[in-house]
Amino acid sequence: MHKYIIKRLLLLIPVLLGVSFLVFSIMSFTPGDPAQLILGESAPKIQVEMLRKEMGLDDPFLIQYGRFVINAVQGDFGRSYTSGREVFGEIFQRFPNTLILAVIGVIIAILIGIPVGIISATKQYSLMDSISMIGALLGVAMPNFWLGLMLILFFSVGLGWLPSGGFGGWKSLILPSITLGTGAAAIITRMTRSSMLEVIRQDYIRTARAKGVTEKKVINKHALKNALIPVITVVGLQFGYLLGGAVLTETVYSWPGVGRMMVEAIRSKDTPVVLAAVLFLATTFSIVNLLVDILYGFVDPRVKSQYK
Amino acid sequence: MSNKATNLKNTEINSSNENVNKKRSQFAEVWRRLKKNKMAMVGLGILGVIILLAIFADVIAPYETVAIKQNLRERLQEPSMKHIFGTDEYGRDMFARLIHGARVSLKVGILAVGISIVIGGTLGAIAGYYGGKLDNIIMRIMDVFLAVPSILLAIAIVSALGPNLMNLMFAISISSIPGYARIVRASVISIRDQEFVEAARAIGADDFRIIFKHIIPNALAPVIVQGTLGVAGAILSTAGLSFIGMGIQPPAPEWGAMLSGGRQYLRYSPHVTTIPGIAIVITILALNLVGDGLRDALDPRLKS
Repeated sequence: MHKYIIKRLLLLIPVLLGVSFLVFSIMSFTPGDPAQLILGESAPKIQVEMLRKEMGLDDPFLIQYGRFVINAVQGDFGRSYTSGREVFGEIFQRFPNTLILAVIGVIIAILIGIPVGIISATKQYSLMDSISMIGALLGVAMPNFWLGLMLILFFSVGLGWLPSGGFGGWKSLILPSITLGTGAAAIITRMTRSSMLEVIRQDYIRTARAKGVTEKKVINKHALKNALIPVITVVGLQFGYLLGGAVLTETVYSWPGVGRMMVEAIRSKDTPVVLAAVLFLATTFSIVNLLVDILYGFVDPRVKSQYK
Repeated sequence: MSNKATNLKNTEINSSNENVNKKRSQFAEVWRRLKKNKMAMVGLGILGVIILLAIFADVIAPYETVAIKQNLRERLQEPSMKHIFGTDEYGRDMFARLIHGARVSLKVGILAVGISIVIGGTLGAIAGYYGGKLDNIIMRIMDVFLAVPSILLAIAIVSALGPNLMNLMFAISISSIPGYARIVRASVISIRDQEFVEAARAIGADDFRIIFKHIIPNALAPVIVQGTLGVAGAILSTAGLSFIGMGIQPPAPEWGAMLSGGRQYLRYSPHVTTIPGIAIVITILALNLVGDGLRDALDPRLKS
């Protein structure tokens, strides 16, 4: 198991190098001169030339990339072109805001998705099942930025209960995390249902029933544990997507997270910020996936035995 | 001699006839199963209507004179007989913009998915068929793409290349390539060692022929399902990117951009934001219903 974890952690290095190379090349294709951006449109040409030299922008691409990696490993992602502040510090300061939305979003998704999925599966083809499946279909089909606006329309503009955006107090967390969690809730519901349906057809469930175990116990004790194993993967993946998908939700609610910071940085061609933000989110995404795989090993003995 | 030749010819014709019949019957079989699925048929019906509206958008409401023509005197009107979905912040008819928007969304969705199926499928087929080092290299590169949440990758690409229709399509398709590569690779691996492939190799078929003639057709089912769902995903991504100003540029009508334009008027004219969103939801819903139905129809084993 330790070996496996170490191996996976080591595999993370080439992936992150690849991601950084990918993003670095994409950003270097971006038209517009960073030196000109920093100094402003009216700066004299000679000054721009000097800054370009100082920043190493005239060096060959691979040398620039190498320099970026060497600095990045030391936690130095450069300074923002627009604010002049350290990029790493700025992202670190905003990351908790993104993280808290994603965490609450995932908790909402789990609290809705798993119970509804179980009820749906145990009462297949009932009215409850149909309603929750239609709900799940709608949940997947709704773009989260639109859902966000509809929630604002209803709860902020209409009822005036909750703030329509900004950051402050627990009330401002409610709408963004519901917005973020709805899609995940729908996917988790569908996954739980289909996994549960598969499990309750297994022989050991029939055996349990034949033994005279109560239906409640069959579901809660025998079926649930096994049915939830594939759901863990989906939850993990969704958590990763929520971190990335926060870009849109954060824009809708003017939420001061990494996602919105990135969108603003893209608009102002602030390359260091974009690079660092994408890398940061991609790293988190990969680590979450790794954690899910490891967790999988703990809950599923069949998988665990493969790691040895 | 000539008799023999005609005989031979006849058998050939027969066998090719059989082939056609077999192909048709497989298609018919899938269609028969799909027809039984009420939800999928509802989805297909809705999709048909949307496609028709998109095709005849210019006939129903001309682009230049209705869909993008500003008329500030009629701005932000509620739905009425004259404008069944009301007008937007520039007085443009929402219905006209919606059906032209459908055109954009469907075009981007289908083309983006097409591109990623071709590229991802080819890469996946090569990786799965040859295995070994080549497989390793291709799939590790795919892992890199998978490590970046797709919307972030798309945003980065569009921001570098500039927001327009082509770049948007390119950005969206790139981020879904690894998904198709994985699916095709998995199917190819499960097929490549089967006897009919061995037989084809024994009679001297080259790799190209084996991959495209024998393996791909057998690996197609999951790709078709994923593709249908992928079009839905691509439409959502397009809308999302346009919403933050990185997609289709004004005045071209696009659902996400329309929604974003109406945001400021959410308080007094909520229809400008609500209606494009409903259009997106209905389209995605229809595509997902068809995708789910196709999955059950193409592979009855998966059906619970």
